[in-house]
Amino acid sequence: MPSTILGKRIKRKEDPRLIQGRGHYVDDIKLDGMLHMAFARSIHAHARIKSVNVAAARSSPGVVDVITGEEIKGKLGLVPCAAGIEGLKVPDHPCLATGKVCYVGEPIAAVVATDRYLARDAADKIEVDYEPLPVVTDPEKALQAGSTVIHPELGDNVAFVARLEGGDWKAVESDSSLKVIKQRLINQRLAPASMETRGVVAHYSPGEETLTVWSSTQIPHILKTQLALMLGIDEPHCRVIAPEVGGGFGSKLNLYGEEGVACYASRKLGKPVKWIESRRENLLATVHGRDQINDVEVYVQPDGKVVGLKCWIIADLGAYHQLLTPAIPTLTALMILGCYHIKNVFVETKGVFTNKMATDAYRGAGRPEATYVIERVMDMVARELNMDAADLRMKNFPSPDEFPLDLPTGVTYDTANYQKTLKRLLKISGYSRLRKEQEKLRKQGKYLGLGLSTYVEICAMGPSSRMPAGGWEFGAVKVEPTGKVMVLSGTSPHGQGEETTFAQIAADVLGIPFDDVTVYHGDTFQVPMGIGTFGSRTTAVGGTAIHNAAMQIRKKMARIASHKLGVKPGELIFSEGKIHTRDGAKSMGFAEVAAEAIFAKQLPEGIEPGLAAHSFFEPSNYTFPFGAHLAVTEVDAETGEIKLRNYYAVDDCGRVINPMLVDGQIHGGLAQGIGQALWESHVYDENGQLMTGTLMDYAVPKAHQFPWFETETMETKTPINPLGAKGVGEAGTIGSTPAIVNAVVDALRPLGVRHLDMPLQPEKVWRILKQHATA
Amino acid sequence: MKIQTKINGHLREDEVEPRLLLVHYLRDVAGLTGTHIGCETSLCGACTVLLNGEAVKSCTLFAVQADGGEITTIEALGNHEKLHPLQEGFWEEHGLQCGFCTPGMILAAYQLLCRNPHPSREEIRKGLEGNLCRCTGYQHIVKAIEYAAQKIGSPDA
Ligand code: FES
Ligand code: FES
Repeated sequence: MPSTILGKRIKRKEDPRLIQGRGHYVDDIKLDGMLHMAFARSIHAHARIKSVNVAAARSSPGVVDVITGEEIKGKLGLVPCAAGIEGLKVPDHPCLATGKVCYVGEPIAAVVATDRYLARDAADKIEVDYEPLPVVTDPEKALQAGSTVIHPELGDNVAFVARLEGGDWKAVESDSSLKVIKQRLINQRLAPASMETRGVVAHYSPGEETLTVWSSTQIPHILKTQLALMLGIDEPHCRVIAPEVGGGFGSKLNLYGEEGVACYASRKLGKPVKWIESRRENLLATVHGRDQINDVEVYVQPDGKVVGLKCWIIADLGAYHQLLTPAIPTLTALMILGCYHIKNVFVETKGVFTNKMATDAYRGAGRPEATYVIERVMDMVARELNMDAADLRMKNFPSPDEFPLDLPTGVTYDTANYQKTLKRLLKISGYSRLRKEQEKLRKQGKYLGLGLSTYVEICAMGPSSRMPAGGWEFGAVKVEPTGKVMVLSGTSPHGQGEETTFAQIAADVLGIPFDDVTVYHGDTFQVPMGIGTFGSRTTAVGGTAIHNAAMQIRKKMARIASHKLGVKPGELIFSEGKIHTRDGAKSMGFAEVAAEAIFAKQLPEGIEPGLAAHSFFEPSNYTFPFGAHLAVTEVDAETGEIKLRNYYAVDDCGRVINPMLVDGQIHGGLAQGIGQALWESHVYDENGQLMTGTLMDYAVPKAHQFPWFETETMETKTPINPLGAKGVGEAGTIGSTPAIVNAVVDALRPLGVRHLDMPLQPEKVWRILKQHATA
Repeated sequence: MKIQTKINGHLREDEVEPRLLLVHYLRDVAGLTGTHIGCETSLCGACTVLLNGEAVKSCTLFAVQADGGEITTIEALGNHEKLHPLQEGFWEEHGLQCGFCTPGMILAAYQLLCRNPHPSREEIRKGLEGNLCRCTGYQHIVKAIEYAAQKIGSPDA
């Protein structure tokens, strides 16, 4: 029976509260006797701390306590890192610095006061006596002999070296017919910059000895485990609630020192403690994204077939590891081949410490970097061989019947039809017409560029065997005696609209109205177990757990109804709030059967009373959504200004549950990916001072900077889960960055421009134009 | 200092510190947490409210500067029985994801439509210059505002 609700554009369940300003984010939580916390942070990128004088802060009005790194030593655990990489060096990362600081913004002491203004005033009175040390912000310099070593106890600044190799390189290297193309590419540092900054309210209740924490997080369950460990509290006494969360993009897939200190303070003082991050702190001390140098080398046959790719990655990790810091660049290595069947691969990834904030997950997390590398390179190959960029890509795609496809990187792509999305893209964009227009404009000295990107991403993270702390997800479905349904998910969505998607999934399985389903997530006391929301996993993994739990409910209800109706369970259909035979002759209301199950007067033999089920879904593999994007840009030869004229995207994220939400995810992703290509860059000077510490300097894109996005979706279902859904949260970001750069480089091709590093700010482009004009 | 305000139709009198920001006054003193703080430096627009009918960023003003003023926050723009067409538009057209920028966006859009009841897409985008959204890529916000413009302009609104 075709589904009536899956695939439908349904308005979101979460919106009514949010459009009325009645949602509750962390900063909206107010508890009796609540105290406020503020941090004193390092102003140096690298320095020994000679002393921390808190006397003036202590006597400042309203101050209840001042907490230093010395105080928490041995009483509050270190900031954890969960990445499992062979030989990884993990420096001690205390929640408050002692002895030395390694980046600007590193927390040194915390003030707890009766009011947020007074806490800030007092924090500003903390005097730190520093002895500055040499600073290293350039990862290549950090690798040089004689460089200052940030963590001397670890020997040097190399956190890890990972190699990934596959194929027959001897054969490739001895084949003199192959052309070799080399390029250095830079993936600059970015700020996730969710509109809600981080924040936490910690409430330790002394008599009950329970810790309740509201945190703006993507991973409440992991946070609960880690906080319990850091504080030495029995885990069942620890409850984490992710209330309404105002965006995360990976930056809240973490555990931060400030969260630990807030809990410590609350336990010490027996009072609730709130900390809300300022925007400046957010740009300084919430994890950053990207920041890789990629030296790439490809081996190409004269006909355009790419046979080998080598890449040396230098990943700037910053000063310490956050939860997944070193794991992110390893995803770049894993996806470096993109959607091309390149049989030989070599990637060396070097993670390097520098005197900066840690990098970690930011929308796409390692895959945008990979896609940028491979998609820029494919354009270079096309140009070198004088082939059209689309033809070159077609030539290197595996055919759809080759899937599941084993790659020499060690991953297996589930399903795909790369030809289909690219063909569709070329059609809806009028690609050949645009090429003609380009030719015409070039004759008039105008620079129009077309930039393609055909991407594949790794999603639905993931099988537990490949994840640091489990990759399954938990889902539960409960039917109340009134027949209304409650769904619980271990994921922790924060804007993705999964209350809606999950309700669609449950309503579909149970044949009940969408409005009869209510979804809860984010509270570890309500949802027994969970992993969280990241890696485009929430629908594909979390949604499947709900689907499977709902299937158990359906089975049980079918048995109960069949007993009452005197038919076989298999003859019953669930639709429109009824459980009935195909001909409709025998029928019971959904609520009626629920009441039967729960009041348990006449249950069939062997059936337990009650109507609640849960499922832990363990995916057997990742999923691999894909798509094709085209950017059309105009470059002003006078000013270097780039106008993004059109943007077309055809994305295939597997089964679409709600097309409106998929569109929203794509749009948001595009904005961030385009932002990286054109405007965004998080910049430190050589002293390790952050130059982009406000939203004035860090260019979060605005509405007028984008064209109308023309988007379409196609559906190649995955066999990895029964929904066939692959995931879509990161696709837009992953696909768009290289499309833009390819378009601008294509525009400037008549000038001989071969490559430009991001972001493509007008000044940079203008310089190039001038150079080439005089050359 | 003593100030008098009329917030969402209710008169009130409060004793406030001279340095208290209007946004903190609304959130912490008046308990209206629908107005959000995204930067505290007048760059994101999350804190936009109407002060005497004009959209203002409430983090750029001190509470004392609103003395004698009339303030409308998101909580009073519509209600559950009758949403404002802008709220309806944001719901219909998926104009929000995490919802953090939304109250500010809606009030900025309110002002935009007061000044220009039939804005073009370009004018809508320009009109949102002071409001950042990191989630939506803005396209659905533009649609939401178009929806509202049409609804307000139609006779049965
Ligand atoms: S909080 Fe007022 S503009 Fe950002
Ligand atoms: S909806 Fe999240 S910032 Fe706009």
